[in-house]
Amino acid sequence: MRLGSPELALVVLGLPFASFLAIGLLRPLRRAGRPAAAVSIVAMAGALAVAVTMWWEAIPAAPGLNPSAVWSWLPADGGPMASVGVWVDDMAMQMCLLVTLISLLVQIYSWSYLADEPRASLGRYYAYQSLFAFSMLGLVLAPGFLQMFVFWELVGLCSYLLIGYWYERPSAARAAVKAFWITKLGDLGFTAGIVMLWAGAGTFDFWPLFQAAESGTLAVPALGVVMFLVYLGAVGKSAQFPLHIWLPDAMEGPTPVSALIHAATMVTAGVYMVARAHPLFALTPSVLELIAWNGAFTALLAATMACVERDIKRVLAYSTVSQLGYMMAANGAGAPDAAFGHLTTHGVFKALLFLGAGIVIHHFHTNDVFRMGGLFVQRPWVGGAFVVATLALAGVPPLPGFFSKEAVLAAVVEAHLSVPFVMLLVTSFLTAFYMFRVVFLAFFGHDQAHHEHAPPPLAMDTVCRVLAFITLALGGRALYALYVGHHAEEGPGWLSWISVTLAGAGIVLAWAVYQARAIDPARLAAALAPIDFLARRRYFLDAIFTGVYRIVLLGFSRVVGWVDRYVVDGLLNALSAGALRAGDLLRRIQTGHAQDYVYGVALGVLLLLVWAQLR
Amino acid sequence: MPLSAYLMLAALVFAIGFFGVLTRRNAVGILLGIELMLNAVNINLVAFSRFRGDVAGLIFTLFTIAITVAEVAVGLAIVIVIFRVRRTVEADHLDLLRG
Repeated sequence: MRLGSPELALVVLGLPFASFLAIGLLRPLRRAGRPAAAVSIVAMAGALAVAVTMWWEAIPAAPGLNPSAVWSWLPADGGPMASVGVWVDDMAMQMCLLVTLISLLVQIYSWSYLADEPRASLGRYYAYQSLFAFSMLGLVLAPGFLQMFVFWELVGLCSYLLIGYWYERPSAARAAVKAFWITKLGDLGFTAGIVMLWAGAGTFDFWPLFQAAESGTLAVPALGVVMFLVYLGAVGKSAQFPLHIWLPDAMEGPTPVSALIHAATMVTAGVYMVARAHPLFALTPSVLELIAWNGAFTALLAATMACVERDIKRVLAYSTVSQLGYMMAANGAGAPDAAFGHLTTHGVFKALLFLGAGIVIHHFHTNDVFRMGGLFVQRPWVGGAFVVATLALAGVPPLPGFFSKEAVLAAVVEAHLSVPFVMLLVTSFLTAFYMFRVVFLAFFGHDQAHHEHAPPPLAMDTVCRVLAFITLALGGRALYALYVGHHAEEGPGWLSWISVTLAGAGIVLAWAVYQARAIDPARLAAALAPIDFLARRRYFLDAIFTGVYRIVLLGFSRVVGWVDRYVVDGLLNALSAGALRAGDLLRRIQTGHAQDYVYGVALGVLLLLVWAQLR
Repeated sequence: MPLSAYLMLAALVFAIGFFGVLTRRNAVGILLGIELMLNAVNINLVAFSRFRGDVAGLIFTLFTIAITVAEVAVGLAIVIVIFRVRRTVEADHLDLLRG
């Protein structure tokens, strides 16, 4: 274990925040557009440089050392109720590298991609981007559940703002609201979970919690329920079944935003949180098993939907859901390192896939893969980068996706989760199939865009090349590690063969169907009719959610509305009508004749006298 | 004469005044009735002062007389203003505050 310097971590955190404040508060800068973008990019580059320095200068430490530096917050009589600070261990530092790197590349890419945007909108975009990076870094470096929750919500807010960046489009606005509400549904569980944890253990901080968990002195009643609730937060954020439905709709945002959300921020937050809190989850094997099963099921479900999707960005979105399923399965199998490894490699090549898809969409002016073709000949660099990322996603050696996916599978085998393991194997076959379906349709085949296009802007092209290089470098590093014998996750020997064979089979099938046209896609679909039928309709999950919303929630609202209108309001109306009626009766006593009042006084005195006599 | 005789006189004057207040239709008559009631109180005060040998009652009476004078002045002024506005001082007709 290595520890980084908390001061550098604070600088990493502070740079994007400073950039957000500058762009957000200085109106002329925000309205200027390009200068705001430059500020944001420079701040991000600085953050990346500091993150690299932090990683470089990290000092080795004994495993029992507290990796966090905290300051007290929320003062109370019996000591502070919560603390803020930074937690700088290996995982946090690697995640910082990933977040700053992907954010920087995405921001550079956006410089060209959003070149035609109005200047004021561009300033707004970069303000959101800076805030997004800050929120995610804060989440990554959080030393306790409370700080994590604050940044967790900020991340949700930023993704809402960025998905709804083109807010004048109704579909984008709806997708943003959907993303916000669906993740909020999971956050309800997360909130309840951490509060229950706090109520039992008396602290939000990871370090005391982990210490107690390891020594077996964690006195939290119904820990299984608590951890399940905490996991619910990850279900929403990391798009696990059944709350994955927001992610494909989130494609309404600009493509660089999709890359950012899918690769480094937002969806990785859930996986990261479960990996971070693993010492606590380890105490509840049943919850872990549920996480593994649900992860594997999510992976399979999303993969089948990706196979029938025509929109290139949605295919990538489903592949993200599927890969998140892998990571969660690894988490559930008790291997947070494998989950985190897959998270980092996936972050790099998924960003590359999305940014490449941005160029593809830019080229063909459509998202429909069936109306693309032959791009590889025209743009060999883009095509090459995309194919590298696709091979990595499909899990072909020696690319990093192969190693991280194998680590996940090995962990699942070791945990004796045979059914999830089979689901993940099938998913790995499907992954290769649907990704190469996109590759063959969009990059090979005959060109369907007959008019001449300008080459993609330099910035977009360069970013893709850099990401492809990093992907290859990560693969090379994994190979080197294997060579010198430091391969961390040692799976059974047959595992590599099976996963490579399945990936190869998927690629061959995609080639046979969409490139060689040896198999008719329609016949393939007919052979798998029930799955095809369900997958095309997204397993009716959206309909179910809508139905639940319409019937249960709106029905309940209607009942509440009726009660309010007729019972509560009726009661009040009856009261006020009674008061009016009584006043109408009583006002007749007031005759206006002074002498009548004197009679009244005399009568009163007489009655008092009588009463005094009788008493 | 015993104290009870004075008290009887005071009660009689008070009752006559009260009767006047209740039954007179004219606002000036009502004011006269109030005057009688106040003076019945004065009789009581003076009688008790005499029989108990205490001057406090006498001083109190002087105050009462002064206040009564002020009250009559204000009361008659109100009656005159009412007469100017409404052209009547009949109490039965003065019912603007009727609910």
